[in-house]
Amino acid sequence: MIEVQRLSKSFGGRTVLDDVSFAVAPGETIGIIGPNGSGKSTLLRLVSGVEAPDAGTIRLDGKPLGAYARKELARWLAVLQQDALPPVAFTVREVVEMGRFPFQNWLGDESGDAAQRIDAVLEKLHLIPLADRTLEHLSGGERQRVALAKAMAQQPRLLLLDEPTTYLDIGFQLQMMDTVRRWQREERLTVAAVLHDLNLAAQYCDRLMLLHRGRIVRIGTPWEVLERSLIAEVYGTEPIVTAHPVTGAPQILLQPGWMN
Amino acid sequence: MKRKLLAWGAFGLALLLGSVVLSLSIGSAAIPLADVWGILLKHVPLVGDAVPVTWPESSEQIMMKVRMPRIALGLLVGACLSVAGAGFQGVLRNPLADPYTLGVASGASVGAAFLIQFELQFALLGMWTVPVVAFLTGIATLWVVFRLAGVQGRFRTETVILAGVVVSAFLSAIVSFMVSVSNKVINEILYWLMGSLAMRGWPYATVVLPYLAAGLAVLLAYGRSLNLLALGERHAAHLGVRVDRMKRNVLFASTILTAAAVSVCGVIGFVGLITPHLVRLMVGPDYRLLVPLSAVFGGVYVLWADTLARTALSPMEIPLGVVTAFVGAPFFAYLLWRQKKLLKG
Repeated sequence: MIEVQRLSKSFGGRTVLDDVSFAVAPGETIGIIGPNGSGKSTLLRLVSGVEAPDAGTIRLDGKPLGAYARKELARWLAVLQQDALPPVAFTVREVVEMGRFPFQNWLGDESGDAAQRIDAVLEKLHLIPLADRTLEHLSGGERQRVALAKAMAQQPRLLLLDEPTTYLDIGFQLQMMDTVRRWQREERLTVAAVLHDLNLAAQYCDRLMLLHRGRIVRIGTPWEVLERSLIAEVYGTEPIVTAHPVTGAPQILLQPGWMN
Repeated sequence: MKRKLLAWGAFGLALLLGSVVLSLSIGSAAIPLADVWGILLKHVPLVGDAVPVTWPESSEQIMMKVRMPRIALGLLVGACLSVAGAGFQGVLRNPLADPYTLGVASGASVGAAFLIQFELQFALLGMWTVPVVAFLTGIATLWVVFRLAGVQGRFRTETVILAGVVVSAFLSAIVSFMVSVSNKVINEILYWLMGSLAMRGWPYATVVLPYLAAGLAVLLAYGRSLNLLALGERHAAHLGVRVDRMKRNVLFASTILTAAAVSVCGVIGFVGLITPHLVRLMVGPDYRLLVPLSAVFGGVYVLWADTLARTALSPMEIPLGVVTAFVGAPFFAYLLWRQKKLLKG
């Protein structure tokens, strides 16, 4: 689904991504982790096509990214950003409807029953009671749910998540990740997610990719990547890695500095 | 959305027609409303021949030769400025943006002021000299602003606004300088700056019309894209909008609209700022409604402002720009105050 070869990008002489290569299979969930400034978000921006790489190639579904028209790409690739939607005066339904933009002709019509599709998405994300409210009157967590609904209305086959849970409390974080997981299972969606929270990443991703100073230091299953010494080296703090008592996924426990 | 557009559009057009008829009857020589309708019907093809003539010939002359062209020009200019305002506010995502944000008005003013200062108003192109030169200097200003902001493939909104403000300030200083060295008692430059629809006639209206049609078409086509842009540039890009290209095209179309209006009527302030906001308060933030309705209500606004300008202190004319601000600002303040009260419940 995603094939990245020898990707490099620098901003103002500072190398942000350096010779990055990896591949993501259809239906897989890959988590991109790494400390601040490691190049995670840049990598996602390059893959989504809003920014061009300095060197290297990105292929989506076998075709070079540059060969796609923006609207063509938007018909099967959706992005969920870290910053929630702004508090605009559009209603929830109107915003979710905007997800259909890439499918509409220049008059704003599309073939098939768009209204029904929108209703199904609203229903799935429990947004029906909020449908006619404007975004100004929603909380940050609710607006992020609307953003997810908008992405869902786009009916993508590839979903890119850019730290979508950053500003959410733990309840909303899990709710969001569970929704994505269920959606991914139902529609065999491919997901690439930049995640700040290593525990969340380990719970929800098939594979993890650890970035450090613009390079991939390791890519593999959560147990292969979340290794105590590697985390210590990359993040500069030595955690305890333990198995989740129920799911068995690796979990990180932080050790405060004053204990040493 | 479509039902809303039809309902508001019908209301707007009815208001427009009513305003035109009322304004036609008002003036130094009052024409009864019945006569206004009669004369109007007489000029409708096919039906016209069946209408009996019950009014003095002079009424028809005043209405069709003096008031009608002025009203038509007012509607067109109001529509141009309001649509341009909506475009600027949408692309720059700034509620304070108006058609003059990028310095188009100051650019046009410099051209006009220069001609007036050296008494070249009628050189070469006759009555068209000032409009053509003002249009060209207005567009040239946009080019300078874009160059200054470094716009090639992509640009940052803040940089473009700053460049516009800087260029505007510089050009306004030039105009002020020309006004100050002019030794005439009644300063023609100042009058031009304050805007007027007087003594323009049909030719000016027909010249503005194609610009309005073209500009309106561009902005209507970008209505949905402007909606997406309201969510943020990256949201829009991820949904398939080519953001940089769209921003450039909308800014260019809006500038052309502004330059067309300014070059024939001078600087009429406040219309482009207030009309889109007014429409937004009525129908919400959807640009598919905002753009066409701004055209209608902007036309009505300028029409009434001009009716006031030509009748309030008759036979003296008040500069149109003065009226639009004088009436518009308090009205807008009232709307804001009312909205605040509504929000509180």
